[in-house]
Amino acid sequence: MAKAAVDVPPKGGFSFDLCRRNEMLLQKGVQPPSFRKTGTTIVGLVFQDGVILGADTRATEGPIVCDKNCEKIHYMAPNIYCCGAGTAADTEAVTDMVSSQLQLHRYATGRESRVITALTLLKTHLFSYQGHVSAALVLGGVDVTGPHLHTIYPHGSTDTLPFATMGSGSLAAMAMFESKYREGLTRDEGIKLVCEAICSGIFNDLGSGSNVDVCVITKGHKEYLRNHQLPNPRTYVSSKGYSFVKGHTEVLSTKITLLKEKVEVVEADAMEE
Amino acid sequence: MNSFASKEGPGTIQIDSERTLYPYVTGTSVVAIKYKDGILMAADMGGSYGSTLRYKSVERIKPIGKHSLLGASGEISDFQEILRNLDELILYDNMWDDGNSLGPKEVYNYLNRMMYNRRNKFDPLWNSLILGGVKNGEKYLGTVSMIGVHYMDNHVATGFGNHLARPILRDEWREDLTFEEGVKLLEKCMLVLLYRDRSAINKFQVAKITEEGVTVSEPYSLKTFWGFSAFQNPTKGAEGSW
Repeated sequence: MAKAAVDVPPKGGFSFDLCRRNEMLLQKGVQPPSFRKTGTTIVGLVFQDGVILGADTRATEGPIVCDKNCEKIHYMAPNIYCCGAGTAADTEAVTDMVSSQLQLHRYATGRESRVITALTLLKTHLFSYQGHVSAALVLGGVDVTGPHLHTIYPHGSTDTLPFATMGSGSLAAMAMFESKYREGLTRDEGIKLVCEAICSGIFNDLGSGSNVDVCVITKGHKEYLRNHQLPNPRTYVSSKGYSFVKGHTEVLSTKITLLKEKVEVVEADAMEE
Repeated sequence: MNSFASKEGPGTIQIDSERTLYPYVTGTSVVAIKYKDGILMAADMGGSYGSTLRYKSVERIKPIGKHSLLGASGEISDFQEILRNLDELILYDNMWDDGNSLGPKEVYNYLNRMMYNRRNKFDPLWNSLILGGVKNGEKYLGTVSMIGVHYMDNHVATGFGNHLARPILRDEWREDLTFEEGVKLLEKCMLVLLYRDRSAINKFQVAKITEEGVTVSEPYSLKTFWGFSAFQNPTKGAEGSW
């Protein structure tokens, strides 16, 4: 193990000790384990009264869909929600962590959390890990200063935008936004546009799919519309149901082995020393 | 690799001497749709040299013979080479003087073979092509990529257009678009590309081909909107971010 030049107290922060060994293994051709990524289309937009966030619900492990209906819109505070794209473990861990920090901060200050607080906590954490925490987030909420929408990139940079998309389906969703977004959308128009953008990602991007989740945040009120749209229903279900009665499968031969013969029950004393 | 070839003797093939390794002057996306009377194709007029916008009047859509339109993205010099080949093809066909002319289907097939054969020799023509045309009332729209992947559809795009324009077209394309509606739809796509593709410029040509013939429009630009109130002072509430 490498010895540090200056004696730093081993409190927190990333330990870079194994980086050299990992580099060497990569050069030798060792494949690192693949992560569970949330392929993803996540979007957010600012409308007349607040912020609307949207996400698809497919989680992928390489080429396989491992979760058909996962939740990508994470709770941060009663008035702040965050969509996450990238490695699922990273987005969940980072949003959980900052959510707890925000709650402690609320207890300490006695006030409602602000979106820029969450923003600053997230970006400083991600920057200190130099992009190794692969979490691309769309953070939105309404606080005393008004509605806010931010995007946060894995390396720690942020953007403040009226509408934003992230994830592998971001181009398909952005095509919808760029052609249809206006300022001062009403709640229903906003939800419709978010659903259109997510559906564009679901149908045009392989990493996104299944259903549409929407979250509407306004001053003092929030609505988490889980599975607001289900554009991929299971189309064929057998009307007779799936029951396999005896006789469905042909029995070729039967051999019954009585267990009793094999087992010898011996009267033994309690465990001896 | 050169030294390996020369060591073997006079009978060996020079592997590395002349083949396209990277594109130099490139054009960005082309988008095309079928509409009621024929095909509409749009492309911007930029030729980028790496990350510089070097040429701003490159015509990336050209008519081929009487019945087809060819639009290309990728290496401009390879596009010019393709045009030379097609010119020869059309010329030889005309010399038969038999009243027959090469239609879009034939040109498409020729392009497909050409691209695939070059790819097999590890010397590709670094382009993504869109071939559209009308012959005997039948509309034809297809695309061929630099490795020979080809397909036909009601709406096609190359490059970034695949990611940004096709979702819009899949949503809003209809069988019986009029000319005005078709141009409006294409302009919608080109506007999104202008906003979100770094190598796009605001100078477009829209080409139309119908049974009557080909029209390539004069270059024009689209109106962009940058007036969102959120852009005025974006970090009012969040100092230190963008």
